[in-house]
Amino acid sequence: MSFTIATSIEDALAALAAGARPVAGGSDLVVGARHGKAPLPDSIVAIDRLSELSTITLTDDGLRIGALATHAAMMLDATIVASYSALADASALVGSPATRNVGTLGGNVMNASPAMDTGAPLLVFGAMVELRSTSGTRSVSLPDLWVGPGSTSAAADELCIALVLAKRPARSGSAYVRLEYRRAMEIAVVGAAASVTLNDDGTAGHVAVALTAVAPTIVAVGGLDAALIGRPVDEDTLAAVARAAAEQSAPISDLRASDSYRRHCVGVMARRAVEAAGRRAGGEAIAIPVNRAYGIGASR
Amino acid sequence: MSMPIKLSIDLNVNGVDYPVTIEPGRNLVSVLRSEVGLTGTKEGCDDCECGACMVLLDGQPVNSCSYLAAQAQGRAITTVEGVMRGAEMHPLQRNLLEAGGVQCGFCTPGMIMSATALLARNPSPTEEEIRIGLSGNLCRCTGYAKIVAAVQATAAGRY
Repeated sequence: MSFTIATSIEDALAALAAGARPVAGGSDLVVGARHGKAPLPDSIVAIDRLSELSTITLTDDGLRIGALATHAAMMLDATIVASYSALADASALVGSPATRNVGTLGGNVMNASPAMDTGAPLLVFGAMVELRSTSGTRSVSLPDLWVGPGSTSAAADELCIALVLAKRPARSGSAYVRLEYRRAMEIAVVGAAASVTLNDDGTAGHVAVALTAVAPTIVAVGGLDAALIGRPVDEDTLAAVARAAAEQSAPISDLRASDSYRRHCVGVMARRAVEAAGRRAGGEAIAIPVNRAYGIGASR
Repeated sequence: MSMPIKLSIDLNVNGVDYPVTIEPGRNLVSVLRSEVGLTGTKEGCDDCECGACMVLLDGQPVNSCSYLAAQAQGRAITTVEGVMRGAEMHPLQRNLLEAGGVQCGFCTPGMIMSATALLARNPSPTEEEIRIGLSGNLCRCTGYAKIVAAVQATAAGRY
């Protein structure tokens, strides 16, 4: 087994080309290895010192989040909190302070867990993944990247460099809500992210919803436009969101929930995510994470 | 199957450089306990859940069971042995004893690391902020109330 610390992106790419696997915070890789899920790779390159990959940059086109941006950084970043709130909601729910200090957005995206909290927000923002190898850089959409639980279409020698999010239109809001049984060190039972852009008359102009832990990958909810566009975000439209989310989910049963309970609850989460996103789009301030406003989790 | 290769690295723990020779896959808690010889840091769940293994890495709490020791080279590692002020206990340690925030004691080193990092960042935390700061640390004895009280007492400058 070999271990190197990359001091430049080029270093890291050369190591990957030679067969190494990258480690950033290690919270998936090391825990997985100790559980026998997958042994530690024979060759590891640590990428956590590539500070150029941890920046969160506002550009003319939107927001560029380096692959090494931590959950702790994202939940506090002023632009993410104000304009990409669903991603801040999700980051604030991950693990504990210690988990959020080492966990990275690139690690989440490339680990491709269908239960990752940051995935549904990225999907409703239409984020593109920048992948780089010694042979060049390419941009991939998330539905093209995620092919199954823990599985991506990226080649083994490709490194996730950044997530690129489009600029948010005026009168937009977003939210991520998850079902959790406790308020720390929890994995989503199910979750939902929503992005809402309001028309000048207060009706919905654009709505996107994505679901967590109800399919082999994070999935978008389709076919919402007819029920929502040009209509107010009210009981009728929210009920339509809940129905569509439940119908389009394909959850499994495991120790955390049955498939039928997940199917019902993902509808509830989707309705709440759209409601909160609509309120934020209308200018209402709802503290990060939205889960607290809904009283989800422990009774305290 | 390649032969295991050992790495010779220095780990800076509580301000002292310790040279260690380890397999690259070793986690930090095992190296701290078995190679460096500081056994204050505990291994509980070994699953990044309980926080007994909490140490500070460049001042930030990290679960040392889920962190490769080799990744910690060049960083400042602080363990519970490093919070003493000479021969004197840290005020938080005294307050934990005073408040009854220690029963079996297994979670205490991790609690101290999370709490000292919180107080360094936020010297006057609310009760909610304390509970969030300690949310990665499980205690099966105290019910947490007296641990929270000890952090509040420390923030208030007692001891």
